Amino acid sequence: MSTFWSAWIIIGTLIVILGSAYLLRMVIVDTMGKEGEEMPHSFDGIVEINNPLPKWWTIMFAISIVWGLGYLAIYGLANFGGVLDWKSANKEVYSLEESRAAIKKSIEDGDIVQYNAEMQIADEVYGKTYANYAAKPVAELLEDPEALKVGQRLFIQNCAQCHGSDARGQHGFPNLSDKDWLYGGSFDKIKESIMIGRTAVGMMPWKDALGGDQGVEEVVAYVRSLSGRKVNAKQAAAGQAKFGLCMACHGADGSGNQMMGAPNLTDNIWLYGGSTAAITDSVANGRAGVMPAWQDILGNDKVHVISAYVYSLSNK
Amino acid sequence: MTHTSPSHADYNYTVIRQFAITTVIWGIIGMTVGVFIAAQLYWPQLNFDTPWLTFSRLRPLHTNAVIFAFGTSALFATSYYVVQRTCQTRLFSDKLASFTFWGWQAVIISAVVTLPLGYTSSKEYAELEWPIDILITIVWVAYAINFFGTLFQRKTSHIYVANWFYGSFILVVAILHLVNSAAIPVDWLKSYSVYSGATDAMVQWWYGHNAVGFLLTAGFLGMMYYFVPKQAERPVYSYRLSIVHFWALIALYIWAGPHHLHYTALPDWTQTVGMVMSVILFAPSWGGMINGIMTLSGAWHKLRTDPILRFLIVSLSFYGMSTFEGPMMAIKTVNALSHYTDWTVGHVHSGALGWVAMVSVGALYHMIPRLYGNTQMYSTKLINTHFWLATIGTVLYIVAMWISGVMQGLMWSAVNADGTLTYSFVESLQASYPFYLMRTIGGVFFVAGMVIMLYNVIKTIQAPKGSLTEKQAL
Repeated sequence: MSTFWSAWIIIGTLIVILGSAYLLRMVIVDTMGKEGEEMPHSFDGIVEINNPLPKWWTIMFAISIVWGLGYLAIYGLANFGGVLDWKSANKEVYSLEESRAAIKKSIEDGDIVQYNAEMQIADEVYGKTYANYAAKPVAELLEDPEALKVGQRLFIQNCAQCHGSDARGQHGFPNLSDKDWLYGGSFDKIKESIMIGRTAVGMMPWKDALGGDQGVEEVVAYVRSLSGRKVNAKQAAAGQAKFGLCMACHGADGSGNQMMGAPNLTDNIWLYGGSTAAITDSVANGRAGVMPAWQDILGNDKVHVISAYVYSLSNK
Repeated sequence: MTHTSPSHADYNYTVIRQFAITTVIWGIIGMTVGVFIAAQLYWPQLNFDTPWLTFSRLRPLHTNAVIFAFGTSALFATSYYVVQRTCQTRLFSDKLASFTFWGWQAVIISAVVTLPLGYTSSKEYAELEWPIDILITIVWVAYAINFFGTLFQRKTSHIYVANWFYGSFILVVAILHLVNSAAIPVDWLKSYSVYSGATDAMVQWWYGHNAVGFLLTAGFLGMMYYFVPKQAERPVYSYRLSIVHFWALIALYIWAGPHHLHYTALPDWTQTVGMVMSVILFAPSWGGMINGIMTLSGAWHKLRTDPILRFLIVSLSFYGMSTFEGPMMAIKTVNALSHYTDWTVGHVHSGALGWVAMVSVGALYHMIPRLYGNTQMYSTKLINTHFWLATIGTVLYIVAMWISGVMQGLMWSAVNADGTLTYSFVESLQASYPFYLMRTIGGVFFVAGMVIMLYNVIKTIQAPKGSLTEKQAL
């Protein structure tokens, strides 16, 4: 903010606050005639008495003015940072990296930034709990009901928005409580998925490559046959001939590839729905799912506990 | 200083009668919509899967109806009444007065149609789209010309304190409306605000809080300053107190808006200055309450027999309570608990029901018989019944929201030993459920009182002139 606007704000604020104080004083000093008598005007029969201001009220008003000026002096106004140089947060940051850097810098400089201070306290108070868990192998955590409970709470707070509070997922968001895994169901693979996130290589839109609607229809018929659904045999056979395009990711037998996050098409578990219409949509128009990376947001220790909880759901 | 009072025939009472009656009718409609959406929070199926019956569309209809249809009609009616009687002169222009009435009804009808249809600028308490905003501006300018024109023609040497408050309300609401509603139209029923980001939020709450400060506080203080001494037949307690608290109130209030945006992207200093001004505002706000309640000194016994005075005094008590609560909630530490919870809703309604509605009702009960050549309402007993329904309704509402709000604030900030949140949002909603029912019941009480009032008003209007005097009143 320019010095002009800063001065504008400070002067305007002081005029109003000091003006209130001046007004209060003026009305106490100038009794406007004799106290306790009626003012020499009346309106539709209403008269006003010239009573003095109640003392307790005057004192209360004066105290609030003094307090207000003191508060502004301590917490700052416009470009004047105040005695404490207090800030609620690092408002000038635009990314997580900038935020981290700003927190580090303000701690080094000894600035009072409320958000940083609260995060620091949280780290001190709760950090140890998570560090302890993170030091333990998953087998040990699986035996520790308290650890799993902590993992569940973290899951509900951070993961349930997409995967559901029971981790059974929803359209486009995988079920984490079954044995079907896009990127692998070992503890390490689950933790990796959470830590660095997953961006699907991407199911491309295949409509053009398959020669339009008919080609899509045939491939869909074949795909549905892989999980034992009843399909038009002729269509499915034609689809099988075209399935070569799909094999690069989904494998020759359609059982998928966890290296690429390509789903298994033979187990009748469908991320985007198993109806003919839904599969047609997937094949014709493609799909692209994203799991965000959590290492920068939650950190290794918390992700470790969440991973143990998620792993426990399908390994009871 | 004595003046020969002009006879009542010299005043323009027509526009006052019109606004007084529509105040009661719009009050019933606006509050009924409020009760309906309160019930929806308890029984969600009450939206009947119909878009225009959903909470999101009816909530702005409720707020617009009670603030601009009920509250502002009450201000139109009483300001036209007070300015004529305390200036001892007829309204500046009868034509403009009539235009403000029909123009304002057009604004309200437009709101009743467009808001349920989903046309909204999405600015809280300023949802109406730009053509309606322009109509509001035109009506308001006519109102200002008529009010200030009457003041200039006054036959009294001074301007009575009630008119200071009415005048500041009319002036500041005009500025607020023009600045906040500035928008770029896309078509006839869609526009986008000229502000963006944190600036938009700040302008919105500068407007929002001063709609409370100047419309719902200053305007109704004007009402209070006439009808309390009139009904109590006592002099105003302190002229000098009215000077200090008027100027301090209007100077400080305009700064208080940022307390709606604590711990947001708004610059810290803006939040700080908003909080400081809100806290200093406490004493000037209470100045009005002291002046009103102390006006009764020496006449407290009248409260036993006069339910109209009871309405006025209880409204001042609610005013005092909510103007204590407001500055307290503006303190960042308290706000951290109260913000986004039902406590805010309760606070607004202790002002809206307890203060605004009750002082208006008291004023109308005083004014309506006088507008129709009588001195008493048809039934004092029914006024008394209304008083108790309104008081119980308000208390039920506020207490429900206090408990629910504080509980929500505590639940949202509760953490387990591992630092995770103890409760999910849905759990806090489940805990609020019984209080949503209690709030709805409170609302039903309040509306029931208003319906009784309508009956009493109709009976009073139908009564022959001079037939309702103190002794004959039921």
